[in-house]
Amino acid sequence: MTIDKESSGGVQFRLDPTSGVPTYLQIVRQVEHALRLGYLVPGDQLPKVKDVVAGLAINPNTVLKAYRELEHKGLAAGRPGQGTFIEGTLDVVPLRDQQALHRGLTRWLSDAMAAGLDEEGITALFSSALHDATRRKGVIAS
Amino acid sequence: MNAIETRELGKRYGRTWALQDCTLAVPAGRVVALVGPNGAGKSTLLHMIVGLSAPTQGDIAILGSLAPGSADALNRVGFVAQDTPLYPNLSVADTLRLVASLSPQWDEPNARARLADLDIPLSRKVGKLSGGQHAQVALAVALARHPELLILDEPVARLDPLARHDFMAALMAAVADDGISVLLSSHVVAELERVCDYLVVLARGRVQVVGDVDELVDGHRILTGPTVEADAVSAQLDVVGERRADRQTVLLVRTTGRAAVPRGWQEEPTNLEELVLSYLRAPQASALPGPSGQALRRVSA
Repeated sequence: MTIDKESSGGVQFRLDPTSGVPTYLQIVRQVEHALRLGYLVPGDQLPKVKDVVAGLAINPNTVLKAYRELEHKGLAAGRPGQGTFIEGTLDVVPLRDQQALHRGLTRWLSDAMAAGLDEEGITALFSSALHDATRRKGVIAS
Repeated sequence: MNAIETRELGKRYGRTWALQDCTLAVPAGRVVALVGPNGAGKSTLLHMIVGLSAPTQGDIAILGSLAPGSADALNRVGFVAQDTPLYPNLSVADTLRLVASLSPQWDEPNARARLADLDIPLSRKVGKLSGGQHAQVALAVALARHPELLILDEPVARLDPLARHDFMAALMAAVADDGISVLLSSHVVAELERVCDYLVVLARGRVQVVGDVDELVDGHRILTGPTVEADAVSAQLDVVGERRADRQTVLLVRTTGRAAVPRGWQEEPTNLEELVLSYLRAPQASALPGPSGQALRRVSA
C-alpha cells in the first residue's frame, strides 16, 4: 500500500464528482468540518495551493477561490509569501447539548417511523423543515 | 492582457469552411477548454493560433499583440500536438538534447526534475515508454521552455484514467507555479470540469459558447415540471434545451435577467457537462458575450 504524504497542511481534501456541489465549496466545507472536529486549529497552515492542485488535478483558481471564501468568512487569513492560515474557529456546540439534541431527534425519529415514514420520507421531511427554518431565520435576521 | 484574441477568423480548405466567423477574447492566466465534436474546427483553430497554418480571413493576436508564428510568438508559446508526437527511436535524454538545441530558452534542470518526479528513466527510448509517460515527456519538454501560453490538442484523449489524472495534475501544478495561460482541446467534457475555468464551445465550424465556467454554470438552471405547462413556461424563458416525457419535462434555461421559477416547477443547478451537451444538441442556441470587451488591434499587415 502506498500512502500519499502531503507536504503542507494538516488536512487532506477529497472531491466527490457526483455530489453536484461546486469543487471550491467542497473544499470550504471540508475545512469547516475539520475545524469542528478539531483537525484544524487557529495557527494551522492550510495545504499549499500547489500541493492541492498536484494531488487532485484541479485548477489552482478553484483552490484560491475556496481560500478566499474562508478568508471572507473570517476563518482563515493569507500571509504574503507563506500561505493561508487558520485564524477563526467555528462555534462548537458543547458535547452535553449535542447529546440532549441527539436524544430529542431520536425520539422524533421513532415517532416518524411509528407514523409509517421510511428513511427517504424522513429525509425529505427533515430537509423541507430545515429549509423552512433557515429561511425564516434569514427573514428575521435581515 | 488577453492571451488570445481573434476577430472574424476563418479557415477554408477547398470549398469547405473548417472554421468561420470566430471572434474570441480569452483573458491571460486562464485554463481554457476548447470543446466540440470531432470535425468542429478545434484543431484548425489551434493550428492558426500556434502559427502552423494561416487564416483565410480575419485576425489573430496572441499574448497581447503578437502575430502567430512570429519569432517572439514561437519563443513564448508552447504547443503539444495531438498524440504528442516525439521521435520513438530517440532516448528521453536525446529528446531533451534535441529540444535544447532548438530552443532559445531551455531550462534543463526543470525538465530533468519533472521527469525524475515521475520516475521516467532518461536512458529509455521514447518508443518504449507507456502512453502516460510519453505524454508526460511531451509536457515536460513543452514546460521547460517556460512558455507564457501553452496549447494542447487533445492531450489526454488516449490515456487511461490514472495517466489522465497524473497528466492534468502536472499541468495544473505548472499553472499554479508559473501562472501560464493554457488552452486545451477535448471532445470529452467531463474531465475538464475541474481543470478549466474558461470555456469555448465550437460546433460546425462556429463559436457557440464562450465564457467563464463558473459564470456559465451559474447563469443556467435546470427546471423540471409538468409537460402540459411546458409550452407556456418555455415561452417565458430563454430555453437552451429540453427533454419531454408524457408527464414531465426537463428544461435547461439561461437565467440572465429573468430567474423566476414558475409555480409548481422545480429549479436545480446544472453542471458543465450537462450545459455543453445541451448546447451541442441545439446548434441554433448560443451563449456569447456582447461586442464589448473586444479590443483587437490589427496585427496582420
